Amino acid sequence: MTFRKYLVLAGVAVFAVTGDSLVSRGMKQVGGISLHRLSSIILVVFRPEIALGVLFLLAFFACYMAALSWADLTYVLPATSISFILLTLVAKFVLHENVSLARWLGVLLISIGVGFVTQGPALTHRPRSDHPLDSAPEPVGARIGR
Amino acid sequence: MKQFYAWGAVALIVSASTAGDTLLSHAMKQVGDVAELRRRSGLATVLGCVLRNTSFLLGVSAMATAFYAMLFGLSWADVSFVIPASTSLTFITNAFAAKIFLHERVDRRRWLAALLVAGGVVLLAI
Repeated sequence: MTFRKYLVLAGVAVFAVTGDSLVSRGMKQVGGISLHRLSSIILVVFRPEIALGVLFLLAFFACYMAALSWADLTYVLPATSISFILLTLVAKFVLHENVSLARWLGVLLISIGVGFVTQGPALTHRPRSDHPLDSAPEPVGARIGR
Repeated sequence: MKQFYAWGAVALIVSASTAGDTLLSHAMKQVGDVAELRRRSGLATVLGCVLRNTSFLLGVSAMATAFYAMLFGLSWADVSFVIPASTSLTFITNAFAAKIFLHERVDRRRWLAALLVAGGVVLLAI
């Protein structure tokens, strides 16, 4: 794992938290959307806060796809769950919300889980054998530009 | 009956997001390391490879299904039930799906990480 790859994993967590928070705050300002005026759900994306939130969520998706291109799903998902920890810290120290003991225990469990998974290898290595059914297929990207 | 609908929505969210994550992971393994590919052939090639991949398109469709299932779930049950239940169960089902369909090596360390994160998510909702 290189520093750049850790940055991509951090990007997944930070962009998801920021995007979700901005969209959630924007939607609370808009209020409830009636089923009779479904067109208004399209117009809300032009509100600055929601548009910025959507941009952050697109950045999250790009980082998530990049991470999945070089790491296992069972590595990426627990490793990027630091977003739950970030969200709790933002709730406590920025929004000054009351964080219960159970929530701190949840943060502790997630931190241990993240610690466990990041100690191991990021990708399952499959040895290439001569038999085509036994080996992993070569990535499309590896054939391009040769 | 309301509880039945709520659990039905959670089951649909978990199934669709597990299918989505598994398909997206499969698609990106077919494409390969995107940073390396971008360095060699440019961003347009990366986007072309990803957007033409059938698993990617199916994965995005499954994620959209999970999103709408969540919206319906939230109209039938409390957010404090739907979100933690579906998020924590998805960590476990993803570990099973990754082992079975993606042939990932899910060792004791990864099982433990998935269970700890799933438990932690439930505690965060209390």
